[in-house]
Amino acid sequence: MVKIVLRNQEFEVRPGMTLLSTLQKIDVLPESVIAARDGELIEEDEILKDGDTIKLIAAISGG
Amino acid sequence: MKCRTCGGKAAVNMRQHKLALCKEHYLEWIPGQVERFIEKYAMFTRQEKILVAVSGGKDSLSLWDILQRLGYQADGLYICLGIDEGIHYSSESQRLTEAFAVANGLKLHVVDIQKEYGQTVPEYAHRTHRGQTKPCSVCGLIKRHEMNRVARDLGYDVLATGHNLDDEAATLFGNTLTWSGDYLLRQGPVLPGTPGLARKVKPLCRLYEREMLAYALLRGIDYIYDECPFAEDATSIYYKELLNRLENDRPGVKLSFYLTFLEARRNGLFADREQVAAELHPCPRCGQPTSSDGLCSFCKMTDRLGAATTVKEG
Repeated sequence: MVKIVLRNQEFEVRPGMTLLSTLQKIDVLPESVIAARDGELIEEDEILKDGDTIKLIAAISGG
Repeated sequence: MKCRTCGGKAAVNMRQHKLALCKEHYLEWIPGQVERFIEKYAMFTRQEKILVAVSGGKDSLSLWDILQRLGYQADGLYICLGIDEGIHYSSESQRLTEAFAVANGLKLHVVDIQKEYGQTVPEYAHRTHRGQTKPCSVCGLIKRHEMNRVARDLGYDVLATGHNLDDEAATLFGNTLTWSGDYLLRQGPVLPGTPGLARKVKPLCRLYEREMLAYALLRGIDYIYDECPFAEDATSIYYKELLNRLENDRPGVKLSFYLTFLEARRNGLFADREQVAAELHPCPRCGQPTSSDGLCSFCKMTDRLGAATTVKEG
């Protein structure tokens, strides 16, 4: 499985999907986050593999 | 996805520009864009002294980083608001800002609101009508007053803030929903200086929030990731989320919204700015321009304290 972490939330999705499909599946807007795997930024066409942990870093800030 | 410049693996894809870049070329592209906007909107020159308002967040630290990489004379100003709320928000922001300044050999001015005026921002907010539900309005008032005061007192030519395109689009969206003419008239990359009021510029105003996040991450800038505890459920964040839903379906719509607004205003959509500026006069206490009769909003709020102010130089 692929583990997705966004702040204090965690999701598990099946491997083999692109990052874009994964974000759509967990209802996260690609425009609102940057994804990193092992400290490297990855983009929407990246295929997520079994055992990956993807950290989503929220872009939105302000008040 | 490949870098358009070198064909290597792309680190960042910007759908609104149909442009993907690798880390190396992205970190070259962003300062190039900022330089282009500084020149296009005549924000400042390399001969001028710039005061960068630094909060410890990704945008303002990145702006400071970019300006120093481009060779501008940019010092920092950190305003300690005294927000703790169990996560030491202000002290952690200050620590990160000071660490950035030390690591890069940059000059940082620090203003501690509690030391200068006797109360933290949340304490002020608690005691004033304007901030009873949330301190954001009081916080904004205090920050604007202090930024201008320090810029004026220490002889800076211009005050630069890290507002990005998403900040600007969300503000524009909110002001358009209420047709707040005065605010729409003043919003833009440059707010010209007037007697007593420093010129304000936003060099990141055409860069998406996501682009600035990518820059901070790729540059290894250690910024405060936690949201201000009072920003939860803020209207501006709600507007940003709405605009991102639009952007998801129509890449470039946020940028277009902002740029077409600037163009419409340039073409005379709103009244001449001079008509509004003429109504300002100096506050009898602090000397900063105000549109209200008598004391400015800041001095009205601090009237009961009347504390003298000094700025600590780092």
